[in-house]
Amino acid sequence: MFDLDRWREIFQAISKNKLRTVLSGFTIAFAILLFTLLFGIGNGLKNMFETQFAGDSQNSVYVYSGRTTKPYKGLQSGRRIQFRNDDLQFMNEEFEDEIQFFSPNIQRQMQGSYKGEQNRYTVRGVYPDYQPLESAVIESGRFISVLDLKNRMKVVTIGRLVEQDLFGQLSALGKEINLDGFSYRVIGVFSDPGGDNDERYIYTPFTTIQGMYKENDEVDYVGLTFNPKMNVDQALNFSNSLTKLLKDKHSVAPRDQNAIRVRNYAEGTKNVQQFMTVLNVIILFIGIGTLVAGIIGISNIMVYIVKERTKELGIRKALGASPNSIIGMIMMESVFITALAGYVGLLIGVFTLKAIGDGLEDYFIINPSVENYVVVGATIILIIAGTIAGYIPAKRAASIKPIVALNDD
Amino acid sequence: MIEIKNLHKSYPMGKESLHVLKGLDLFIKEGEFVSIMGSSGSGKSTLLNIVGLLDIHDEGEYYLNDELIQNLNEKKAAVLRNKFLGFVFQSFNLITYKTALENVAMPLYYKGVSRKERQVTALEYLEKVGLKEWANHLPSELSGGQKQRVAIARALVTKPKVILADEPTGALDSTTSHSVMEMLKEINAEGMTVFVITHEEDIAEQTDRIVRLKDGVIISDEKVKKTVNA
Repeated sequence: MFDLDRWREIFQAISKNKLRTVLSGFTIAFAILLFTLLFGIGNGLKNMFETQFAGDSQNSVYVYSGRTTKPYKGLQSGRRIQFRNDDLQFMNEEFEDEIQFFSPNIQRQMQGSYKGEQNRYTVRGVYPDYQPLESAVIESGRFISVLDLKNRMKVVTIGRLVEQDLFGQLSALGKEINLDGFSYRVIGVFSDPGGDNDERYIYTPFTTIQGMYKENDEVDYVGLTFNPKMNVDQALNFSNSLTKLLKDKHSVAPRDQNAIRVRNYAEGTKNVQQFMTVLNVIILFIGIGTLVAGIIGISNIMVYIVKERTKELGIRKALGASPNSIIGMIMMESVFITALAGYVGLLIGVFTLKAIGDGLEDYFIINPSVENYVVVGATIILIIAGTIAGYIPAKRAASIKPIVALNDD
Repeated sequence: MIEIKNLHKSYPMGKESLHVLKGLDLFIKEGEFVSIMGSSGSGKSTLLNIVGLLDIHDEGEYYLNDELIQNLNEKKAAVLRNKFLGFVFQSFNLITYKTALENVAMPLYYKGVSRKERQVTALEYLEKVGLKEWANHLPSELSGGQKQRVAIARALVTKPKVILADEPTGALDSTTSHSVMEMLKEINAEGMTVFVITHEEDIAEQTDRIVRLKDGVIISDEKVKKTVNA
């Protein structure tokens, strides 16, 4: 294997027979290149979908209330259902295992100002758990804390665009902003992968906003995430029983669609996941297809190469080459060429994908890339295929009687 | 050196089989210069292939250097060819992408000789056939006669016991044919057994012994009378 003389022999055969070297090398390089590109673009498409649905936690559930549309238990329709603090306690107790993060929400439009700048913003009173719910990313400072909640602190965590609107290039951290006449200290700035709208919110402790105008225990709506260990069906069951229990509690007709509404993202997630599965299957299919095409290509070329060399092999045998040395020579040659060409194809493919980068974003392709182990695995498969494809004709050539091989023209 | 007793060989031709050699007996001593004469289809090439271990006989006995050749696998045949036999073919059979020197050095490579020694020995033999200046030329840059001389150097380089030449002058004009035959005579004069196959009378007459084959049997086997002034 590490016989220097044999390698010299092989290098000479490779470099003196450029056509067949280029032919077989090209097949392998092209197969790997195509594989890398198609796989990478498929992954880009996948990345696009992942980013598109990255706005909120994929296991989030929102619970809203409204007016009843059906009379029930002697109560008229058109009655307004209002969530109160005891509903929060009720939900947490009933679904202790199913709920991961939980936050009530009071939402108000307020005029926000800092020095001369002002704008209208949506202000949300929330629990600290709201941050993972909304997938908000803290850029500086911190989010609302339990302590803020307890002490009804007049503090806010503002969106990146709020900071940009009111403070320009300056940092908002530690500054006091005015919301409808009250002063709040900015304790943090967040960004949100969900986009511009999500970065114009202002978050303040739930307790602060709840008692601001007059003492009450009203809640606008509730956001929560279910335990991520649950599968989609379990999650849907959970939101169904949550709906049922809340309807019972508030004496709402079971078929009333408006009074209590539970929006479970799992439904959408289920569709997205199904789509992703289909996409994965397509990508896998494309990958296997290209590989098979490459294997067939290299097999054909190996058969051709051995056929072309029959006479040379006959001469070598007449001069004293053993069948094994013939087989070894052909196989080492083919492994060397396929490995080298595979590597070249891999490099070109990976660099092309790098060059494309996010340039194809308009065509729903983001960051097309391939995991290294996938390409290396594919290359190894092609090398093995090339070796086997080379072995069979090499074995045949080695067993041909030298006299037959010598007469081959 | 070569002893053949009742040698038979037939080739399958579809359902029939073609009986090519029909019981040959031949004894060639060391140092002889023998030619096999015969028209095409007489079985002379088949005989050379069997003697050269390129093909296997069906029946009879074949001793090469007092060793009985039987149940020979390819690996063993390769070793014996490398050790005892040197081939010269009508169509030269040089490897096209190797230089004259590399072609001559090839049998030494399969013998397991070191690279340096191969170069030296191969160059020595090229010099012997008068082609030292052409050592680094490819076969395509050589004339027919030069190619055959390279082939002869290649056959000689392992110092075999027997040189087997299959129509060595078949592809050459009469002048180059003559010089190739002179070379084979010199080799023979140095003590090597030379076994030539030809269908040309004047080539055969330059050897010491002519064996005539017809339809797979030997019809005559006689020493050539040397005329002093040919």
